Amino acid sequence: MLLQIKNLHASIQGKEILKGVNLEVNRGEVHAIMGPNGTGKSTLASVIAGRDIYEVTAGEVVFNSLNLLDMPVEQRAREGIFLGFQYPVEIPGVSISNFLRTALNDIRKYKGLEPMPATEFLAKMEEKKKLVEIHSKLTNRSVNEGFSGGEKKKNEIFQMAMLEPILSILDETDSGLDIDALRIVAGGVNSLRSEKNATIVITHYQRLLEYIVPDFVHVLYEGRIIKSGGKELALELEEKGYDWLKNGG
Amino acid sequence: MILSDITNFDQIFRENLKTIGRRDTEIVSEYRADALNHLLRLGLPTSSNERWRNTDISKALQTDYSIFFEDFQDQLKPEDYFTCEVAGLDTWLITLLNGWYTFKNSPLRILPSGTIIGSLSRAMVECPELVENHLGKAADNSENAFTAMNSAFATDGFFIYVPDGVEVTKTIQMVNVVSHTDPIFVQTRNLVILGKNSKLRLAHCDDSHNHNPGFTNSVTEIIMAENSNLDHYKLQNINDHSTLINNTYIHQEAGSKCTTNALSLHGGFIRNEIFVKLNGRESSVDVYGLYLMDKKQAVDNYVFIDHAAADCTSTEMFKGILDDYAHAVFNGHILVRKDSQRTIAYQSNRNILLTDKAQINSKPFLEIYADDVKCSHGATVGQLDTNAMFYLRSRGISEDNARLLLMYAFAAEIINKISIESLRDRLDDMVKKRLRGELSICDQCVLHCKTPDKPIEFEIDLSKV
Repeated sequence: MLLQIKNLHASIQGKEILKGVNLEVNRGEVHAIMGPNGTGKSTLASVIAGRDIYEVTAGEVVFNSLNLLDMPVEQRAREGIFLGFQYPVEIPGVSISNFLRTALNDIRKYKGLEPMPATEFLAKMEEKKKLVEIHSKLTNRSVNEGFSGGEKKKNEIFQMAMLEPILSILDETDSGLDIDALRIVAGGVNSLRSEKNATIVITHYQRLLEYIVPDFVHVLYEGRIIKSGGKELALELEEKGYDWLKNGG
Repeated sequence: MILSDITNFDQIFRENLKTIGRRDTEIVSEYRADALNHLLRLGLPTSSNERWRNTDISKALQTDYSIFFEDFQDQLKPEDYFTCEVAGLDTWLITLLNGWYTFKNSPLRILPSGTIIGSLSRAMVECPELVENHLGKAADNSENAFTAMNSAFATDGFFIYVPDGVEVTKTIQMVNVVSHTDPIFVQTRNLVILGKNSKLRLAHCDDSHNHNPGFTNSVTEIIMAENSNLDHYKLQNINDHSTLINNTYIHQEAGSKCTTNALSLHGGFIRNEIFVKLNGRESSVDVYGLYLMDKKQAVDNYVFIDHAAADCTSTEMFKGILDDYAHAVFNGHILVRKDSQRTIAYQSNRNILLTDKAQINSKPFLEIYADDVKCSHGATVGQLDTNAMFYLRSRGISEDNARLLLMYAFAAEIINKISIESLRDRLDDMVKKRLRGELSICDQCVLHCKTPDKPIEFEIDLSKV
């Protein structure tokens, strides 16, 4: 098993958001987590990635046989966790290429590898840019600065392609995307799918799941996963909304 | 000599007048005497003086310095101090050691275009009319004691003259190194004259070569005629025990365009005063500054921009990163006179404090008498953005590297204003080294010195954010 979340409780400023989440993910799988606003979807993603504004009060997260909650953010990333941000952060003055080279080389150092030669790095960037149809000039620009909503999300998937994580958690990657950008972003995610990695897609809408077809769909409500099923569950939610589940359905 | 006792100056002036003024023309001689009177009247600044309210210079004034009115360095080999120019930066290099022109007694260098490069003391002999017509035109002895002191006592410095219509293609690099076995007091006077429609790029470096205390009181006057264009860089990398007062006066006529950028990478105490008079219509000035200070270092930038004509533009942007107990001061004063309509003036000062002991005093001051103006000012003090830190670390970047990237990004806005590519690359590299704590005072300016690097003892402590 790649990821095992057991009875996870987490709070922010004393307010409990996650109230006992259980989830299991295997390699090769795509899981979708759906649910209304404010039920803890983004909190779950942030806690797995290691955001320290959340306090984990109970439970455990085991990733690849490692206790994830003991690790600082960067170590989780180096072990293969990737968080696609709902709101990617603008970092003026740091170019995407410098940012990614630092990241790749810090990861390589952690694994006892030499820094990647510049030519190899550039070739890799060129290859991965095509995946999400990023034009070449974008990578010389500062990270996310002045990017459109679509460019920011494409940039998230581009980073994912460059860093080759084992588990990707995509937090509302579809928000703020028009249909063309959505198609490109989803296409990028699909081409990175393999038997060795896994993806968790967090979304409000069934729309994204037409492009990234999940193996499992979970409904997160008030800090707990209250229902799990196959991809047909997403269609059911689209049709019926969440109310029928809230009442214990 | 102890500087704090003002009566010392009167006595020393009288005792050494023959040496100090040996090359003076009559006009320059009168200028000196007048400056001395201003100095004696003004006295040296204390913290009760509004312009020095946040900066305590008293300690530097209590040190006993050697002072020389004649070049005492007979056995000097300039190549020991000024070697290895950086690749790709082709410059006319002129150098001062402890305030004295290193190629002493050599005549002024006159380029085919008529551009003159050399020492001020030589220019007083070879082209006295140029010196007389411009010396003191921009600098004001009546309000600034250190400028008055410099006007009274300084005997040497750089001299540059660019004739009308001439574009100097190579960058001129002025390097002032202080290196002496005892504490030394150095006063340099630089005069830069740009003719109409001329163009010049100037890099002005102040460095120290050892860890002995030094006090440099430097005045640079830059006189820009109509439609002239100047790119000016001040690079400051001096040791922890050094004091540097760098007063720059820029006088601009109509249509002239000036960019001046002060990069203070290391220093005990640095005070940069920049006075710009926009004296002709449609002239513009950009004043930038970057300071990276740690330990007990202090930097104080004072910028005064006088919009004395209509349709002029000024932009000020100063940024700083302060660690440990470092202290920075920014005072920006913009004066828009009554008839200076359609003035545009922007000012900003942004700071990152890495510890709660580091300190910044930032004070914008706009004095506006015209009614059709666009002015803005802003000052910020903050820490590194936690959202950005998380974003970088979530990609596997170590905490230290994430901080470095963010600090560098903050500084890069000023570095990117440097228009000379090779100089920008060099400074870029120096700032990165400085932020990593790897910059030695010998790794200075755009030169490398031959002496082996001193132990590094001034790093920014990354664990403290």
